[in-house]
Amino acid sequence: MKRLSDLEYLKLNKFQAFIYNFKLFLCAIPLFFKNIGLAIVSFFKNAVLGIGGEFAEIGRTFKNGNWAVKLSFLIFGFGNLYYGQILRGILFLLFEIVFIGYMVVPSGGIYWLSKGNWFKTGSTIGTVQGKFEYDMIYDTDVWVPGDDSVKVLLYGLLTIIFIVAFVYTWRLQVKQCTICMDITAKGKKVRSGKDDMKSLLDDQFHKTLLALPLAGILAFTVLPIIYMVLIAFTSYDAAHDGYSNLFSWVGLEHFNELFDFSAGGLGATFGEILSWTLMWAFFATFTNYFLGMFVAIMINKKGIKIKKFWRTVLVMTIAIPQFVSLLYVSKLFTTSGLIGRALDQIPFIYEWRTANSFVSLWDSPVVSKILLIVINIWIGIPYIMLMATGILMNIPQDLYESSKIDGASSVQQFTKITLPYMLFVTGPYLLTSFVGNLNNFNVIYLLSGGNPIKGTAGGASVGYTDLLITWLFKMTLGSTESKYYMASLIGIMVFLVVAVLSLIIYNIIPSTKNEEDYK
Amino acid sequence: MKKQNDNQIRKTGLGARASRRLSNTIVYIILIAITIIWLFPFVGIVLESFKTETKMQTPYLFPKEFGFDHYVRLFKETDFLKWFINTGIMGVATALLQTIFILSMSYVLSRLRFKGRKGLMNFMLILGMFPGFLTMILIYKVFSDFGLTEGMAPLGLIIVYFASSGMGYYVSKGFFDTIPKSLDEAARVDGATRFQVFYKVIMPLSKPIVIYTILMGFMAPWGDFMMASYLIHENSAGMNVAVGMYEWLSRTNLNTYYTMFCAAGVIVAIPVVTVFLLLQKYYVEGVTGGAVKG
Repeated sequence: MKRLSDLEYLKLNKFQAFIYNFKLFLCAIPLFFKNIGLAIVSFFKNAVLGIGGEFAEIGRTFKNGNWAVKLSFLIFGFGNLYYGQILRGILFLLFEIVFIGYMVVPSGGIYWLSKGNWFKTGSTIGTVQGKFEYDMIYDTDVWVPGDDSVKVLLYGLLTIIFIVAFVYTWRLQVKQCTICMDITAKGKKVRSGKDDMKSLLDDQFHKTLLALPLAGILAFTVLPIIYMVLIAFTSYDAAHDGYSNLFSWVGLEHFNELFDFSAGGLGATFGEILSWTLMWAFFATFTNYFLGMFVAIMINKKGIKIKKFWRTVLVMTIAIPQFVSLLYVSKLFTTSGLIGRALDQIPFIYEWRTANSFVSLWDSPVVSKILLIVINIWIGIPYIMLMATGILMNIPQDLYESSKIDGASSVQQFTKITLPYMLFVTGPYLLTSFVGNLNNFNVIYLLSGGNPIKGTAGGASVGYTDLLITWLFKMTLGSTESKYYMASLIGIMVFLVVAVLSLIIYNIIPSTKNEEDYK
Repeated sequence: MKKQNDNQIRKTGLGARASRRLSNTIVYIILIAITIIWLFPFVGIVLESFKTETKMQTPYLFPKEFGFDHYVRLFKETDFLKWFINTGIMGVATALLQTIFILSMSYVLSRLRFKGRKGLMNFMLILGMFPGFLTMILIYKVFSDFGLTEGMAPLGLIIVYFASSGMGYYVSKGFFDTIPKSLDEAARVDGATRFQVFYKVIMPLSKPIVIYTILMGFMAPWGDFMMASYLIHENSAGMNVAVGMYEWLSRTNLNTYYTMFCAAGVIVAIPVVTVFLLLQKYYVEGVTGGAVKG
């Protein structure tokens, strides 16, 4: 599409300009996907080239290295020891000994890996099924435990991670060995263990600071998430809990189940919940955003007194634990609650309620959705108000003054100065709050609990106001079937939705990538 | 002629003043309405908790008779005190440990440059897109082997809260980003190691963000329902206040526990609101600063 020059663009009237911008937007969509495609292709290309380069490098190292380097291909840290880096050498060697020891001992790494039947559709995870057997001593059937699939999968996964770490360490120490060789060849001294320890507080300070937080993230987020992604390909649920009944690999069976749009399939329910989730996130984010900004502007208006009081009143809502206020408010709207009773006094609401035989306002799908969004405004405005107050103070006042001299009304001032400035500065915040609302468990679960109930799906009861995240929660905790595989699948879907939305929004909002600018 | 001019000026001046007064009056009316709406639930809870007459919802707001019956029953008849202590311990422990993790992570990402920094940030961004609750299924399995669930759930929950907290580095990174880099450079030129720069130059300047992080860590366990209910599995000894009190408002319990819920709500709110209002200044700085920089 032909791009207009600035002069040509200014000649267009408003309607034409809108059409032009809209066309630009549409034209940008294919380009956007093309760019994503290109990025993925180049990523794989780089990965393949990188691995190839790595192998060539390793070959060269072996060819050019002296006997110490060559030996360190087999014995970890040999090179380091040879060149006098005692501390590193000992650590590398220890790692190798521990690794080999772990792999070969009975019920060590090889044992767990061999039990996994990795990704063989139809085979169980773990090979020995526990069962009741007659016991002579007790004269009754006793439980003879077999494998526990949960553990087989977990230890298998840990072993794989261990192997990856082993390969990485092997490569690392060979590299270090060649570096030592080069340094000694030039006649310089290699770093001693003492230097290494010192540098942990200086050049390598980031390693010291990152060690614990990263270990925490690896153990409590990365590992469980990889594990749960694997669970989506198994039949792990209450009936196959791994201990009393082994569970097995099922391939893509559950994906087909989730996207089965025929009667009785999960597809329709999934679609409905997904669309309500998106709708909820959209309304919850933008109602809060604009109303919060509006309140902030009102409080900051010239001539309004006791500004601090108005702010503190709103900030109180942040301080009080959400579950207290949310649960209390939800009960206010039932028929025995204060607001519910008051509304019942209005004849047409009462008639509408009894005609539909709703026990409370929360029994109507439409009304409870509206109530959720309205109550969420009550929760969300204080945050936006605080943030907007800070930003509003940063807008240069002379902008307002000069626009006033030019005869701008306060509405024009808002749409031409305040709003663009706010949108520019708070772009990233809008994205995070949108994602936060997609997963806003507390507000939904504590207010409506996902009710009114629509039926059961995925082994759990589903309501009209359930989000994907509350559905996931109900599958694992609120049902007897506990379809963990389905929960993990929903989790993956949440991830996909969030990832796609983030990519799109991130490309639309004004760039925030220049993080060095603030310094 | 001059007089007429003066008059005109006064007139338009008056007009502007009148219209401003009108708009200010409207704003005041709206603000007062907002105040009433926002305070209504809190006033409601407090008044409800002082009612002596019944245990269920009543059609009027003001108690007919003031009394502390529900507070007394709360400590005599229920496990509330235990839940309250559990949550308090979790709050303090999480606040301390989480602050160490978050500050280390955000300091490194903000002020140190090393290979893989960008990659690490992108990795955590992507990791954060998975619902955190998903991790609980495995964590529950593992923790129950170590005896960190049900009755001992508070200990397990502390670990869950702080272990991955490094991923929430965004706000404090935004703060560290605003401290001029020239400070570090000057100290480095004078021969300070990076650790000394961190400890002697940056940390003394970071009081607001340290307090903000502590405040957030302290408040998190008071409001957490999702993770907690999964690890606790309905064992009263290990409950936090949110999980314990949630059951009180279920359809079957509502008429026995409603006023007790309100009394408990008041007690729960007191420590959190006190800490919060004392440190409000730092909270506001954190929210405004963090949001602007993403």
